[in-house]
Amino acid sequence: MPLRLPFRLIPRAQPSQRMLLIAPLLAVTLTLVVGLGIFAALGQNPLVAFRVFFIDPVSDINGVSELLLKASPLCLIALGLAIGFRANIWNIGAEGQMYLGGIFATGLAIHFHENGGPWLLPAMILAGAVGGALWASITAFLRAQLRTNEILVSLMLTYVADLLVKYLVYGPWQDPQSNNFPFTVSFSDDALFPVLMNWWDWLEGTRINLSLLITVVAVPLAWLFMDKSFVGFQLSVAGLAPAAARYAGFSEKRMVWIALLIGGAAAGLAGVTEVAGPIGQLNDRWTPGYGFTAIIVAALGRLNAFGIVLAALLMALLYLGGEAAQISLQLPKAISQVFQGLLLMFLLGCDVLVNYRVARRMPANALVNA
Amino acid sequence: MNESTNGAPLIALHNIRKQYPAVLAVDDVSLSVRAGEIHAVLGENGAGKSTLMKIIYGAVLPDAGRIEWNGSPVTITSPGEARELGIAMVFQHFSLFESINVVENMALALPGKYDLKALAARITEVSQRYGLPLNPWRSVHELSVGERQRVEIVRCLLLSPKLLIMDEPTSVLTPQAVDQLFETLRTLAAEGTAIVYISHKLDEIRRLCHRATVLRGGRFIAEVDPRVETERRLAELMIGREFPETQRHAQAYGPVALEVMALSVPGDGPFGTALDRITLRLHAGQILGIAGISGNGQAELLAALTGELPPDDAQSIWLNGQPVGRMGASARRKLGLVNVPEERLGRGAVPPMSLTQNALLTSYRQGLVYRGLIDNDATTAYADNCIREFDVRCGGNTAAAQSLSGGNLQKYIVGRELRQAPKVMIVAQPTWGVDVAASALIRQQLIDLAARGVAVLVISEDLGEILEVCNQVAVIAGGKLSPVRDVSATNAQEIGTWMSGLFPQDEPAPVVRAA
Repeated sequence: MPLRLPFRLIPRAQPSQRMLLIAPLLAVTLTLVVGLGIFAALGQNPLVAFRVFFIDPVSDINGVSELLLKASPLCLIALGLAIGFRANIWNIGAEGQMYLGGIFATGLAIHFHENGGPWLLPAMILAGAVGGALWASITAFLRAQLRTNEILVSLMLTYVADLLVKYLVYGPWQDPQSNNFPFTVSFSDDALFPVLMNWWDWLEGTRINLSLLITVVAVPLAWLFMDKSFVGFQLSVAGLAPAAARYAGFSEKRMVWIALLIGGAAAGLAGVTEVAGPIGQLNDRWTPGYGFTAIIVAALGRLNAFGIVLAALLMALLYLGGEAAQISLQLPKAISQVFQGLLLMFLLGCDVLVNYRVARRMPANALVNA
Repeated sequence: MNESTNGAPLIALHNIRKQYPAVLAVDDVSLSVRAGEIHAVLGENGAGKSTLMKIIYGAVLPDAGRIEWNGSPVTITSPGEARELGIAMVFQHFSLFESINVVENMALALPGKYDLKALAARITEVSQRYGLPLNPWRSVHELSVGERQRVEIVRCLLLSPKLLIMDEPTSVLTPQAVDQLFETLRTLAAEGTAIVYISHKLDEIRRLCHRATVLRGGRFIAEVDPRVETERRLAELMIGREFPETQRHAQAYGPVALEVMALSVPGDGPFGTALDRITLRLHAGQILGIAGISGNGQAELLAALTGELPPDDAQSIWLNGQPVGRMGASARRKLGLVNVPEERLGRGAVPPMSLTQNALLTSYRQGLVYRGLIDNDATTAYADNCIREFDVRCGGNTAAAQSLSGGNLQKYIVGRELRQAPKVMIVAQPTWGVDVAASALIRQQLIDLAARGVAVLVISEDLGEILEVCNQVAVIAGGKLSPVRDVSATNAQEIGTWMSGLFPQDEPAPVVRAA
């Protein structure tokens, strides 16, 4: 006997487009409400906690700069992932592809440490994109040629990439002056994105750098690719109706390669913006899981380029708020992950209700007469 | 034959109503069936036939109305309760497990535990009594479609039903198998079983049924004696207006457009059918029909011809004098081969995408893409043209493909493919699930298309359709293709025999005259 709940879900004939767009906002609201409840349960004044978590981090120019610094790589990775997700190609390994982007860029940066030039940073950007795409191409090759599951392969390759980073920073690339700490030398200026406060005084004291420009350019390009290009259309068809894609003659292998290479390149670029940005070196714990968080960002942004921008800003705020809550409220570090989890759960729940309606089960002895 | 047109009804439905979120499926319909009567329920797709039957069978609860069984009011809230009353139903889509044998399938469906040997003996007895020969120990995946239907019917008969509901039972049968089924149903009726027979095939209803209830748009239209009505009159009751007739044109063929030479491919999946040296030749201006019961290699033939699953041998398929065997679907489309698949929603069209976006699916070479970007204006205009020229009833070019009725979506897909100025058009089940009026329109379009010099290949289970539309006909059975016959030189009986695989092998194909 299956579990018999007092209600059941009935698919809606035509899910409302408006509700589909409102659902993320609703999910954010619900996350806030439940989050405030959690603060109260932890013995904090919810209003104070709310201010510490969501207002204080962005109340000055330095906070906004930190927000953009975190939102930028999230947004970049999520844009690349969204292109694949639209085609139902689930690249879960953006984190690993980002590591490889960082490794490739770092290789150039430390090789040309003493004798760089203005060409070094562009070369690192290119190398990072190539590194991420190469790492993703392992997944693409296995999926296209051997029909392996890209979710498992890309996820497992992330752990391989993590070990590769550790090997490099504990081994051949370790800074000789590091006293055995696992990091490389600090990059020379030629290998770093210029900090914007060098040009604008009102940005004094902030860490925001030119890498933001990559994301600013990537957003309209991703929109153009996803919503206006024929290849983007083919990817959407492959995701919505695989049989229709085969009927139309869109090559599935080609879709797999395009989706994974773009996703990998975007994640690799994000890796460069980190190592050549605020971190300025490669070490063994340089990312707070952007590659995984970007999956939530892509879903929250409805796989739409502009939606992803908003979602990335929100997720960045959750990171900052979590840090602030640790410092000023002595709340545990896990609080940001709790918020991320709540947000994803509420979003998925709202999506279920957009696509299905809840109906009470008829009692077994219901009368036919109405 | 039992002429039970008198006496109290076995089951009576009064003023039944069922509202679905988007549609009023059944609106104030009454129906009564007497013991020993074969009662047709006649209507187009969406007329409410299936919903009404599901209400009788307890699978759907009505919003309003009463049901009486032998004169006393009943509520039927589940198929289990329906079976307890003595109601059995044979569904259009079979519910059998392929990998186990007949007797095991039956034991699974029957209440209580059964000794398989005793059950097998009963199956043999029942199947012989009603002329439905069955071997209880054969695996279901070895059985033909007709045999599988016998399993479904015998499974119902084991319960000695008082009311048997048959939902479109002949759509997968050869003419001979239809005759056999009708004999069985007449025997059952003579023994006092009431039968509800759902169909849109008017000739069958006139041959078999004592009474017919006509539904249209969820409403009761008429109750008639089908034996005294003409097919035309029944069709007009069903569609609510005059019935169009297809117009044939004089035939004159051009050069060979599509040639298939000894095409052999393995079956698709464990229960697929391998193609065995298929050879056929299709001329410009010719309409060749491939009849046959589904599952005899049609899916494999279609996939090989369209390029969805290209065969290994490049020389096995020629398009306008060019070997295309190894080419994919897109490359063949570029050479002028278009196709309309059987499965419209999900293959022929992307369900949640708009009609405009669905135009792009196959027509992207018609100037709709410029430097890799979609030309919105051109695509919208293309979709609007398809909608206008093919009289597609829809909520405009932004309507989602899934919001259209089967017939209107089929008209749109046919229109989209025709606008690509094809040289060869392959159509699978062109009017399956399409209402009568749209069917007539689509068939006329195929005939007109051939008159304009396009080679048309129709793969269909509907023999009547093939005989109406095509110049020549061949039959596919067990992955082999029969000789090709002029439609005027054959008949339903011969084709029906061929459909069971009994056709002369390796007879040279008749020479087709060129223009």
